[in-house]
Amino acid sequence: MPADHIERLRREGRIVIVGASLAGLRAAETLRAEGFAGDLTLIGDEPHEPYDRPPLSKSALLGVASPLRTQLPRRREIDAKWRLGVAATGLDLAAKRVRLADGDEVEYDRLLIATGVRARPWFKEEEARLDGVCVLRTREDAADLARRLRAGPRRVFVIGAGFAGSEVASACREMGLPVSMAERAGAPLVGALGGVVGSVAADLATEHGVDLRTHVTVTALEGDTVGRVRAVHLSDESVVEADVVVVSLGSLRNTEWLTGSGLGAGPRGVACDAGCRAFDFRGIVTDDVFVAGDVARSPHALFGYQFLSLEHWGNAVAQAETAAHNMICDGADRRPHLWMPAFWSSMFGVNIKSVGVPPMGEQLMITQGSLAERRFVGVYGHQGRIVAAVTFDNARWLEFYQRQIERGAPFPVEFPTLDRRPEGRQPVPAGFPDPSLPTHGPMVTLSGYSPADQQLVFHPSRH
Amino acid sequence: MRLVVDLNKCQGYAQCAFLAPDVFAMHGEESLLYDPRPEEEQRERVARAVAACPVRAITADGLDRAGASQGASDAR
Repeated sequence: MPADHIERLRREGRIVIVGASLAGLRAAETLRAEGFAGDLTLIGDEPHEPYDRPPLSKSALLGVASPLRTQLPRRREIDAKWRLGVAATGLDLAAKRVRLADGDEVEYDRLLIATGVRARPWFKEEEARLDGVCVLRTREDAADLARRLRAGPRRVFVIGAGFAGSEVASACREMGLPVSMAERAGAPLVGALGGVVGSVAADLATEHGVDLRTHVTVTALEGDTVGRVRAVHLSDESVVEADVVVVSLGSLRNTEWLTGSGLGAGPRGVACDAGCRAFDFRGIVTDDVFVAGDVARSPHALFGYQFLSLEHWGNAVAQAETAAHNMICDGADRRPHLWMPAFWSSMFGVNIKSVGVPPMGEQLMITQGSLAERRFVGVYGHQGRIVAAVTFDNARWLEFYQRQIERGAPFPVEFPTLDRRPEGRQPVPAGFPDPSLPTHGPMVTLSGYSPADQQLVFHPSRH
Repeated sequence: MRLVVDLNKCQGYAQCAFLAPDVFAMHGEESLLYDPRPEEEQRERVARAVAACPVRAITADGLDRAGASQGASDAR
């Protein structure tokens, strides 16, 4: 009986994919590749067919690629009905219907949620509207920023030194533009790779002429009389004049449209099982709603079944393929999503790549090369196991370390390597912020002796 | 013609940059920059680059006539 049901679904079922980007497209292709012959609808809030985003913060800014021409190649015909330029606004789980912004409703037998994330905007709306204050997520964002950079601003200010912010700063320096970058932590990339590797990224940035300011937060963006941004105010009371400000403060998951639907969806994403089936808010798995890509949070067997949200290109592809496969088959044929987390970045001429989950590691060993040469392999350990590796211009070793992670190889790393230096013989603390301390909590203290002198002093958090 | 490189897979062998230098370029020692929407006259070179990549990291459509019309019919 269930087999009949699946047969009918594959032959004449209705599948709706909400989110028409990398994960949505690859899921659609996989459904057709695996023999789904029913109705397929792709819904996307952007008016464009699926395009690739990684080039937007690299080649597109450097003029190697046009930000308006990064449409993803098709691996096969998908014969889908496209609903582009219209956002999904609601989900009725019981009636199996997706509500759209234009008032329409689309019914499904199986639903895939792949709505991804969006750029976190500057938190003061009025300042965010100043001309010259940019975010970088969509292709329009990239086209706008590329145009502003080509116009030769006097100074660019990047708020946030994560991967995207650092890539923008790198592109600016390559174009010869003066650029400042502010970071709340002590170095760039600290959240993703820890303080030890972050300090290498800090050296790279400053040596390439970036005015890097750490342990500070931006307190205000100042505009001129005609509404163009002209200066950035920092928590150390310094003021930097800049006519382009790039807000690079991470992302927000697109789950608001699921509010009230009964799914286990919120600011941290949509929770799902290892087979990409969404959980409802009671923690019970659904059987017809699946999740993939940046918006998904799924448990990973290799990392203690922790729920991981991975904003990784490769995760979007692999999770979409697994979700699509599982959507159109029976329980016993379903596969778990066991993709090894991996990402890349390039900045200041250095190729940075990682496998595993670095922020899980408490300790780090430099097993090849050296930090000083900016060419190394760093291995992260957690409770006696290797959980991640990062390379700076040493990517060919990653496959080897990926297998070590998959096999639960011991940490500290025991095997000898050819070019291990003294600094790599003992593990060191990796330098991630203490997760028990609030990262956003600045302190305010009183100073001054007499009540008349007393002033509030603002201290940003120190990690 | 559209293409994308899986940069997780890419290990900087630079075969593509050698075979289709107007589409692929090394940036620094290991990282790759590429034009995701190369001109039609690059078709032959891109096809060779796709075939030559030791880790099969390049996906391109429209490399043959059938593929080219496929993209168009799916556009909306």
